[in-house]
Amino acid sequence: MSTETIEKNEIKVEKKKPSEPLLSKRRRKFITDPLNDDNPITVQVLGICSALAVTTQLQPTFIMALAVVFVVVFSNLIVSSLRNLIPNRIRIIVQLAIVASLVILVDQVLKAYLYDVSRMLSVFVGLIITNCIVMGRLEAFAMGNKPYDSVLDGLGSGFGYAWIILAVAFFRELLGSGAVFGYKVFEAIGIDNFPTNGLMVTPVGAFMIIGLIIWAQRTKTGYVEK
Amino acid sequence: MRQSNAYVIGFAAVLTIVLGGLLALAATSLAEPQAAAVKLDTRTKILSAVMNIQEGDDVNAIWEERIQSTVVNLEGDEVAQMENGEQLVAEKIDVGKEYKKAPEDRLFPVYKFMSKENPDQVESYIVPVFGNGLWDRIWGFVALDPDLETIKGVRFDHKGETPGLGARITDEGVQNRYVNKKIYSDVGELVSIEMVKGETNDPSMYDDYHVDGMSGATLTAKGVNNMLKKYFSYYENYFKSVEGADDAAIERATKN
Repeated sequence: MSTETIEKNEIKVEKKKPSEPLLSKRRRKFITDPLNDDNPITVQVLGICSALAVTTQLQPTFIMALAVVFVVVFSNLIVSSLRNLIPNRIRIIVQLAIVASLVILVDQVLKAYLYDVSRMLSVFVGLIITNCIVMGRLEAFAMGNKPYDSVLDGLGSGFGYAWIILAVAFFRELLGSGAVFGYKVFEAIGIDNFPTNGLMVTPVGAFMIIGLIIWAQRTKTGYVEK
Repeated sequence: MRQSNAYVIGFAAVLTIVLGGLLALAATSLAEPQAAAVKLDTRTKILSAVMNIQEGDDVNAIWEERIQSTVVNLEGDEVAQMENGEQLVAEKIDVGKEYKKAPEDRLFPVYKFMSKENPDQVESYIVPVFGNGLWDRIWGFVALDPDLETIKGVRFDHKGETPGLGARITDEGVQNRYVNKKIYSDVGELVSIEMVKGETNDPSMYDDYHVDGMSGATLTAKGVNNMLKKYFSYYENYFKSVEGADDAAIERATKN
């Protein structure tokens, strides 16, 4: 008897779901979590490779961030819409094919309309395919959730990645080239002989800045790796 | 049912066809702007060897107005068309591909930067150069004054030199070291320009044929030296024929 009522309750809960507000508390967490507490770079330590490689200047970093957000969101959307059709045995290959197609699409568009940025990013646009954030979100979230939630999750993870690489790029360009988005800030405020730091232009500089960000963040959140 | 082999194969086939079709569509529809972007990039690089290109400059307009191009062979003779009768366009010659042929079979593009006041007068000659750096290929454009002896400017680029070391050949500071250097000795012998080992940051230490080196990138510098020397020698016949033509013109003018 008691089991019956529980089942009824469950059905009721499921029926209520569609009327959930577009940005309910649960859904807002999809976006806000990866920005800080569950950040793909600083907490999950994914996507480090491109975070080190493309962050010498803000402009290419910005384009890279947009490209990753685009790929995560749309691959999440597509995989989530197809999640009941994708045969379980070849799901990884299917995910890869979808991600790879989106990445090639981005690469082609960049080559056509932002040629110099695409030259600067070179192989790292193509390497979004292997960015663990993308595949990680597909496997962990999109395969088991509805399309709209998956889009939100993709946006969250994408922005979580974006703000970290933009922060790294900001410091690297500022200290390494004395500029922000190519604009020479130190010359503009009258410091002509600002000693730029060559270390910041090399990947070592990115390691140090990511390390400092992780340090600051974990001091604040109290997160400790087990 | 979903997990049957037939379903898996069918799904994979449909997926492949859909994605392949999409990508093919994207590639064909974007081919034109991509080609235009590459062309604009090459033009910007060539022009930046002689002038300062600002963002927002209409590179194509400057190009049409100022650049006249020609193609020469190793003997210095101008080549108008390919063996199959196709018209040769200097811009379309892939210097990297030509590099794989024997020097006597190669085609060498020459870009003449014309004077703004007098469109018949060459302000500088720009020639492409190509070679091997430490890790991968390096290339660039060298602009010479009308005396075909003094460097007006150089623009180097590279595929995979070490950032902060060999990759510095793309730095303006390093490239400016070549300005006003000479490639011929007083007696008209080709000496080219050599980047020395070690870095002093003191330009007064070097004569007309040497430039300051890049600390920690001696092998890249060696590649640059080889590249310049080789290409100046390839173009030597052409330079001589241009100078000969100039001398003849002067002679004719004085006779009249």
